[in-house]
Amino acid sequence: MEIPRHWRLKQQRYGLVGEVCPHCDFKIFPPRDVCPNCGEEAKTTFAFSGKGEVFSYTTIYEAPTGFDESAPYTVALVKLDEGPLVTAQLTDLGSQPVEIGMPVEMVTRRLRQDGDERGMLIYGYKFRPRL
Amino acid sequence: MSMTDVVIAGIGQTSVGEHWDVSLRSLAVKVILATIQDAGGLRPQALYVGNMYSTNLSRQAHLGTLLADFAGLRFDDKEPVAGIEAETIEAGGASGGAALRQGYMAVASGYVDVALVVGVEKFTDMVGPDVEAAIATATDSDFEATQGLTTTAQAALLARRYMHEFHTPVNALAGFPLTAHANAAGNKNAMFRKPISLEAYQKAEPVSDPLNMFDVAPNADGAAALLLTRRELLPADFPQPLVRIAASASASDTLGLHSRLDPLWFAAAQVSVEQVLRKAGMKREQVDLFEYHDVYSIYAALCLEAAGFAPAGQGWKLAADGSIALTGQIPCATLGGSKARGNPGGATGVYQAVEAAAQLQGRAGPNQIPNAKLALIQCLGGPASTAVTHLLERME
Repeated sequence: MEIPRHWRLKQQRYGLVGEVCPHCDFKIFPPRDVCPNCGEEAKTTFAFSGKGEVFSYTTIYEAPTGFDESAPYTVALVKLDEGPLVTAQLTDLGSQPVEIGMPVEMVTRRLRQDGDERGMLIYGYKFRPRL
Repeated sequence: MSMTDVVIAGIGQTSVGEHWDVSLRSLAVKVILATIQDAGGLRPQALYVGNMYSTNLSRQAHLGTLLADFAGLRFDDKEPVAGIEAETIEAGGASGGAALRQGYMAVASGYVDVALVVGVEKFTDMVGPDVEAAIATATDSDFEATQGLTTTAQAALLARRYMHEFHTPVNALAGFPLTAHANAAGNKNAMFRKPISLEAYQKAEPVSDPLNMFDVAPNADGAAALLLTRRELLPADFPQPLVRIAASASASDTLGLHSRLDPLWFAAAQVSVEQVLRKAGMKREQVDLFEYHDVYSIYAALCLEAAGFAPAGQGWKLAADGSIALTGQIPCATLGGSKARGNPGGATGVYQAVEAAAQLQGRAGPNQIPNAKLALIQCLGGPASTAVTHLLERME
């Protein structure tokens, strides 16, 4: 069980909350408190719109524990409209082929199950084709 | 600071493969004893172990002390009897190179006269999805692994983007596994000793598209070791040609691939190569062979570009046109690389050093690069999140 760790990440998982640098306006996700662009302290929270496009993608067939029942699944680097890349699964694809540049938006979905059938269900962001 | 030459006094390696019947400690002890013997019985005062997964795959932390203990590595002049200094160095897939760098710095500084560097990995202590989960711990746990990302998928994301941005042909990366397998045929310690054809590559099962099974090195068990000392501490009649570590450097980049401003440029790899060349006063053109990090074929292309052997987006061409073959302009993966020798995880950097030393000593058998004098070796943790680079040079 890793409850504290998952609880601590709830703002990022459910709200895509990162940071904006007060010195250079660089948008930061995941939050890190030090601006990767100018090196100054950056603790101002910033909620991303959840809109972006596919920067790259692939399919995972041999999945790690906790994800093996969802395999195969598609993961992507999504370029958010505000700038940063985020690693996330793509979902609700139906028969639609994925392409680089495809517009996507954030949704909340089940990421994995922690442990056996009595384990904690972990929810977080995935991205679907923009409606 | 006056620097004295750090030389390789002995090398050893086990075959790379699925050693179901050998434990983590036995694999390492075997190679430790072989390496001490190769160095004519020289005894180390410090042990640096490169390993990345023993905590996850074998439930064994505190590996350095375990190996010193089981290999009987003791100070020969201490009362009561005590074992030598022993630590594990972990830097993901670059652990072996990082351990080598620790050994180099300890000996170069004068704090240690003889250092033993061991790389060991034991993948087959666990099977199934738990292995993928263990490997994924080397990514950003909160923001990559938690999304179900694997290290192979991470490489596939880079490969797809590379092919898109640089408009490469579909089989652009084929030359890397083809070269690796051709070279491994001449390495008795390699996991796969058969050449493969372009047709076999084209027909191979996808693993994480666009990567197929030949773009991904097989995880395997293995242990390799080097004994390092200062030149003046070796006997005058030392039987092997002397190889020195001409320079050592390490650099890091963002752990999460998504945090890169340009994911297709291995900045840490570039910086560490430039550092070793500058420290040694050498030029890239003097390098006779390059043991790059080819756990994924796309990483080999990006290593060649970062090291300056090809411009951005062109590294794959050096594999396609034979430039990295044994007879090419810059031979790479000369004994099969991770792709065909096998990928022993955190031991990789030590295997590279052992193989490069064998080339420089003229002990590389059928794969010998004629008159090899200078070898560049580089191992990466993740997509060059860590890059450890060394220059090895044969001394006259």
